Order: sequence, then C-alpha cells, then structure tokens
Amino acid sequence: MDALLLQLLNGLDKGGAYALIALGLTLVFGTLGVVNFGHGALFMLGAFCAVVMQKILTLSEKVKDESVTFFDAYKEVPYLETWFGETGTMIIDWSVPISLFLVIPFMMLVGWALERGLIKHFYKRTHAEQILVTFGLAIVLQEIIKANFGANPIPTPAPDIVAGSANVGSWFGMGDNLVYPWWRLIYFIFSMIVIFIAFAFLKFTTFGMVVRAGMQDRDTVSMLGINIERRFTIVFGLAAVIAGLAGAMYAPTLPPDYHMGMDFLVLSFIVVVVGGMGSLPGAVLAGFLLGILQSFASMNEVKSILPGIDQIIIYLIAVVVLLVRPRGLMGRKGVMED
Amino acid sequence: MKKFFANQWLVMLVFSAVILTMPIWLSPIGAGYPDLLQKFMIFGIFAIGFNILFGLTGYLSFGHAAFLGVGSYAAVWSFKLLTMNVLPAIIFAIIVAGLFSVVIGYISLRRSGIYFSILTLAFAQMSYNLAYSVLTPVTNGETGLQLERADPRIIDSLFVEPTEGLPLTNFFSLSLSGYEGFYFCAAFLIIGFFISLRIFRSPFGLKLRAIKSNQTRMQYTGFSTKPYLLSAFVISGMYAGLAGGLMAATDPLAGAERMQWTASGEVVLMTILGGVGTLIGPLLGVGIIKYFENIFSAINENVLMAAYSGLPEGLQHFLVTVSSPFVGEGWHLTLGLMFMLVVIFLPGGIMEGFDRIKRLLMKPFSRNKDAVESAEEGH
Amino acid sequence: MGVGTGNTVLKVDGVTKTFGGLRALDDLNLTIEEGTVHAIIGPNGAGKSTMLNVCIGQLKPDTGTVTFDGEVITGKQPFEINQAGVSRVFQTPAIFEDLSVLQNVMIPAIAHRDGKFKLNPFSILEKQDDIEGRAVEILERLRLTELMDKHAGSMSRGNKRRLELAMCLVQQPRLLLLDEPTAGMSRHDTNRTIDILKQIKEGGMTKVIIEHDMHVVFSVADRISVLARGHIIAEGTPDEIKGNPVVQEAYLGGSVE
Repeated sequence: MDALLLQLLNGLDKGGAYALIALGLTLVFGTLGVVNFGHGALFMLGAFCAVVMQKILTLSEKVKDESVTFFDAYKEVPYLETWFGETGTMIIDWSVPISLFLVIPFMMLVGWALERGLIKHFYKRTHAEQILVTFGLAIVLQEIIKANFGANPIPTPAPDIVAGSANVGSWFGMGDNLVYPWWRLIYFIFSMIVIFIAFAFLKFTTFGMVVRAGMQDRDTVSMLGINIERRFTIVFGLAAVIAGLAGAMYAPTLPPDYHMGMDFLVLSFIVVVVGGMGSLPGAVLAGFLLGILQSFASMNEVKSILPGIDQIIIYLIAVVVLLVRPRGLMGRKGVMED
Repeated sequence: MKKFFANQWLVMLVFSAVILTMPIWLSPIGAGYPDLLQKFMIFGIFAIGFNILFGLTGYLSFGHAAFLGVGSYAAVWSFKLLTMNVLPAIIFAIIVAGLFSVVIGYISLRRSGIYFSILTLAFAQMSYNLAYSVLTPVTNGETGLQLERADPRIIDSLFVEPTEGLPLTNFFSLSLSGYEGFYFCAAFLIIGFFISLRIFRSPFGLKLRAIKSNQTRMQYTGFSTKPYLLSAFVISGMYAGLAGGLMAATDPLAGAERMQWTASGEVVLMTILGGVGTLIGPLLGVGIIKYFENIFSAINENVLMAAYSGLPEGLQHFLVTVSSPFVGEGWHLTLGLMFMLVVIFLPGGIMEGFDRIKRLLMKPFSRNKDAVESAEEGH
Repeated sequence: MGVGTGNTVLKVDGVTKTFGGLRALDDLNLTIEEGTVHAIIGPNGAGKSTMLNVCIGQLKPDTGTVTFDGEVITGKQPFEINQAGVSRVFQTPAIFEDLSVLQNVMIPAIAHRDGKFKLNPFSILEKQDDIEGRAVEILERLRLTELMDKHAGSMSRGNKRRLELAMCLVQQPRLLLLDEPTAGMSRHDTNRTIDILKQIKEGGMTKVIIEHDMHVVFSVADRISVLARGHIIAEGTPDEIKGNPVVQEAYLGGSVE
C-alpha cells in the first residue's frame, strides 16, 4: 500500500511537468492550428532562465582569501554576499523561485517574437511543414543554448530549506515509510496552481472566452467580426510562459542540459494526443495519468512480470489510444480524426 | 532534355558514371576519401528509400531510423553467427528490417497525417528504449553490439582457420576497407536508385502520388489505398535496412543511438533539403549535409583566422567571432538554420531552387524565341 | 417510356440516416431502372447528397439497404462499390490537383484495368499505350485535349468538373452518379455539359443526377424523383412531374421555364 502511494506521489511531479507542457502545446494547436515541435525547446529555455538567474546572482568578485596566510590566495565571493551578507546568501539560495520573475517577461518576449517572426507565416501551411520548421527551430534553440552553456547538465539546486524530504505518511497517520522530496511536492502544487490560473484566465476573462470559442469553431468566431488572429500572439506567448515556468521549476529535479527539451517534447506530444488534440482538460488529465502510470510501471513488482514495461509504457498507451480512440480521452469528435 | 530523361538507360549510365567517379571529382574539395564517400552512399540509400514513402505518399514517418538500426543489428548478428561475408549479412538486414516495417507500418498506417507521424515516432522510441534495456542480450545495450573472437561464425569456421584478433568483413575474398568499401556501397546505391527510378515512373508510383494528392478520391476511384501505402512503407523500410546493413558491413558494430528519433529527423532533413518527391533531391541533400558536417565540424578558430587572413586585423577578428558559433561544435546550429530557411522559403528544397533559377534564365529566351530564330535565318 | 431495359440497377430500400437529431434520410425507397437518366430534385437539405453518400459507401445508413445490380452494397468499402461499377462526380470537384490532367484520367483507367490492388512497381507507365490511349480518347470527347499536360489544380472550376466527369467515364461505369454537375457553370458551359450527358446516354449506362437547374433536368432526365424531408414525395416522367400540383406547390413554386 505504501509502495503504491509512493509511486502515485512519484508520478505527480513528472505528471505536472507533462501536463504544463502539454497544456501549451494543445492550446497552440487548438487556437492557432499549429503543430509546434519547438515547444519542448521553450521548456528548456525556461529551465535555463533558472540557470541564468543563478549565474547572475552568483556574479562574483575576486577577494583575497585571508585564511590562507603563506601565499596570496583569492577566492570568489558573490557581490550579493559582499553587499548584503547573510541576506545575500539567502537570495542566492532562492535563485530558482526568484528566476520565475525572469521567466515570465522573457518567455512572453520569446513567444511574441516567435509568433510574429515565424509561426504566423505557417498558419496556412500543412502540418508536415509546421512540424519541419518548428523542428528546425528546436535544433537552433538548443544549439544556441549548447554554445553558451556547454553540453553538460548544470546543477541548479532548490532552496536549502526545502532540500530534504517531507514525511508525507505521518501527515495522514500512515507511518514513517512514506517520505517524499519537498521540492517535488512543491512542483506538483506549483503545477496545479499554474493550471488553475490558466484555466481561470481562459474561463472567466473575455479574452479567454474568445479563445475558447475559437478552439471550438474558428470560422464562426471570425464571422462574428472578431479578429481571432490578433489574439494568437498572446495565446502563443501564454503557452511559452507556461512551458517556461514548467522548465524553470523543474531545474532542481533535473539539472538542465541543452537536449532536455527534445526529451520532453516527444513525451508531451504523446500526452497531447492521449488527452485529445486541442483539449485543455484532456492535456492535464493525460499528463498526470501518464506520469503516474509511468511511475507505477517502474515498480520492481511490475517489471518482474513485464520486463521493460517502464521504458515503453507511455508509447504503448499512445499507440493503443491512437488506434482505439483517435480523438483521445477528451478530444472532441471529429477533430483530427480519420 | 525531356527526351534524355525518358531514356532510363542513359540516365542510369550517367548516374553510375557520376557516382563511380566521385573519388576523382570530389577530391579537389576535400571529400574524396573513402570514409566520407561511404557515408554519402549509405545515407543516400536511406534517403532514397525514405523519399519513396514521404516524397510519393506524403506520409511523414518520424521513426525510420528504427529500421536502419534493426538492419545494423541483423547484419552484425549475421557476422557473429554465420560468416564475415557481407552478402548474407545484407540480405538478412533487408529481410529483418522489411518484416519489422510490415508490423509497424500495418499498425501506423491505420492513421494519417500527424497521427501517423506520432505513431511511427512512438514505435521508434519504444525500439530505442527497449534496445537499451530489456533487449540487452540481443543489442548489448549501451556498449553496442560488437564482434568477438569467440563468436561461433558457423560457416566461416568450416572453411577458414580463425585468425589472430578480430576477423574483417569481406565480400567473398574482397576486403571492404577503403575504396573497396565505397565501390561496394556505390553498387547498392546504383541499384537502389534504379529501383526508385522505376517506381517513380510506374503505375504504382503514380498511384502513390495520387494518394498524396487526394486519398479519398482514390478510394472512390476503386483503389484500396492501404495496401499501396503499406507497400511503400515496407519498401522504404527495406532501403533503411539495407543502409543499416551497409553501415555494419563497413564498420561491424551496431548501437541503439542509430534508432533514436533525432536520427529519423536527420533523414527527413536531408530529404527536404534536397527536394522531397524528386529523384535526385534526397541525394543532393545527403551530399550537402554530410559534406558540410564533415567540413564545418572540423573548422576551428585557427582555420577561420587563416581563412580571413587577407583582411585588416579588426575585421578579421570580427568575422572570426561572428562565424565561430556556426562551425565546429556549432555545426548543428548552421544545419538547423539552413533547414528552417529551406522550409520557409523553398519548401521544394534545392531542386525547387534549381527550377526557379532555370525559369528565371529561360524567361528572356522563351519570349524572344521567334525574334532569335528569324535573326538566325537572316544570316 | 421504353428508354431503359426494364431491369432494376439500383434499389434503395427503407434507408434511414440521422445526424444527431436530424433525420437526413427517412425511410427512403428508390428504384433506378437500367439505362435511364434519373434525376433527383428537391429543396436544399432534402437529403439528396446524403443519399448519394450512402450509395457510394461514404456513409453507412442507420437502417435499410442499398442494392446494386442485385447485390447488397451497404457496408461495403467505397473502392469495392466503385469496382462493382459505380462512379460519382462530386459537388465540389474531387480531382488530383497536384497531377496533370492526363494523369488524372489515367489513374481511374488503371483502376478499371488492375482492380483494387495490384503491385506493379517495375512496369513503365509511359509504355502502357492502352491506358494512355483510353485516357486521351475520353479527353478528346470532353474537349480537354489541349489541356492534357496542364496541372489539374490550376484549371478553372468548370474545367475541373469536366475533368472529373472524364475520370468517371473512363471507367465505363454501369451507374454514374452526378451531384449538381452544372452548379456554378455559365449558360454556355451548362449547355455543353447537357450535350455531353446526352451523348453518353447512348452508351447504355445508367445515370442518377442531382440538379437544381430545371433546364438541365428537363433536358436530360427520363424519370424524375422528388425528394423532400428525407423521402420521395413524387416520382414520374418529366411531364408527369411538371403537371403534378403537389410538386409544383411544394418545390417548383409553379414556375417552370
């Protein structure tokens, strides 16, 4: 029982990441009609925002190391520590959460630039061409990152205060066996909050209503005299911000490297397909579902019955869903179905 | 011009001549060495096959590298178990890749468009992940499948005394290192190109193009389209298997990284860059990408400095700084940018570029044709 | 009448098809006699195109059967129905836009010769004179010869319609279904199409034609069925239909050219 619950928890943070990426992917597909293979790269850019923030906060000056007396030794001391002392150290420690303030404007900008500069020219072109050009974009973005940050993963730790594990079991009176890293718990809650805000935004604002109407039936919306295309930039920016937030917060769990976007892209595409292309709740549901199933599949008990299942479970589910119910779990009838 | 292309034997003669003389005409640009030439041939076969599926039917597979990987594994197993002769290995590679593509194609082709792409992608990733994990007894996991001295090699052991060290691949007593390897692969490329030429010009090829144009109409015209699509899929899977087999023949090892989806992406890239749906385009794409990969990735700052040495020092340093992100390690950046530019401005690839240039050049002639003729008569 | 052979070629028997709450076809019964030109008229939304879609296997009816030449074809694949001898001209021209006009006609000719699946990757297309010859012959009849090497997608809508007709005729179908073959055509083109339809009447093939233009209907039809709200409300010769007060009131509005 405890083992099952632990796997359930394990699936939640990964599921949260899948859900956030898939949410943007399906939003862009549903409104703009664009299949964006570069979306994983946006997730990666978000993660590197956290890296950059950490680098900025730890910008250091060379200070003579007083503890070494027999020759002139220097050590690097971050400016923040020189200026603010203890407070400075704490700010550095909190670089990942602080980076969210960088992520939002930066990703909005990136989203705006990409939509205006590239994506908008591909609304009328075939899905194959959209896939190809965004695939090229993904390569370019990841190579830019590789050129500037190298090929190795960069450790980006979470604040010290949440470094350990939470004793989740004792909260529910189930003993001390159920421990779970604080940060992953935070990630899950964070992803729920972002999803909630995104849904509230789409549900309760006029803008969101128009976007949702456009996802249902773009022609009708255009006929009502609403210029839906003008809102596309914002939608794309929103998707980019969500992906970026997902990436930045994931940095402590998975030290960012340049190809993390590609790895997540394939998985989140499958999440979108399983949830139903263009369905927002579907993306969220499928994200968590696949995250949890993946973690169940990696249990030793399961692996001993079905060896290798943990490696292929997600793809297997995608294949089954596509064959049995091509519109996905929550997709509307007739969308991309044939 | 049209007449020339109509005669397939003439086309094949010129094509073979061009391919077989590559070591000569490519050496001035530094591409005349066997290693790179073999790559041209092997990826050429891969791309020709991929083009039969994507170019003719429009079905974009993102999992073709899986067939190439399977072909490699099959060939290496043939080296390990049977003989170091490459002929059975290659036949084995083609058959295994063919069977594998029947299964994957049959399932994936139940959907079209982006769903087809994702299904093929999912299968390729499954193969890749399994090759790294549970299938380790067959694939040797991360290390990759390699030859060992202790391998049985049943057929070889009947005829040849085992040598010291690892045996080498051969085509009957012909060794396959260096230029021999190139000519061996070139022979397969020429055969592969010929088959593709015939397919392009056959009723089968026309039907595939019609499916790309309007599949629904095809069904109301009395064709069961699925078997045609599956045939195209399996044929292109067999080409990929052949390419994988040749990879193992020239360098007898096989690793799972050959099956990763980015490797599938690479063949898509090469085909698009050259010109999807054209006969020669994919080969041009292969040539350009593999050539520049070789050249660009070898360039470093010293080479750049030397290249701009005639310029004033400030400008020299500026140019070096500007171009260095695009070469060496950054070659993929150039590739990605090049690819985006092609998809944006030249969706038909380099072949479309040629067409446009040709039309541009022919324009003044076609307009003044009569004038020119009458002027000539006056002489 | 004396036009047809007296044999039934197509029989629609109690076909019902609903979309959501909408009954597009409501217990539809229709018999088409071999060798006739049978026009189906009716107001918009009467279910005319749905009926054709059911006949060619594009839609499966909820209840009822369609019988072609004594064989039940409901539930069969579109290509099987086509191979049995049913061809259709669509309301919006369904052609292979990316191919040449000649190739567009060669493909159905190949379908007629090779059947639903034949793998012939090594035979050369240009050397198959039988296929090309038949395609050219049909194109000549429809006066499309000079456009033969043109890109089909670049043609005018009228020419696309004629091309689609050529694609159906080259298969020598036993039953030809035409969905508004003259919609959007100029008077001149309409008359030309009427001539063509009359010409191919002599071939002995059965034609079912859906048409709004009464001039076309009364020029070519041997029999007329009036479809409204998913079932037939009247049927007869053109003269009977012209004189039928129910039809005049319900549909023709009393004014016939």
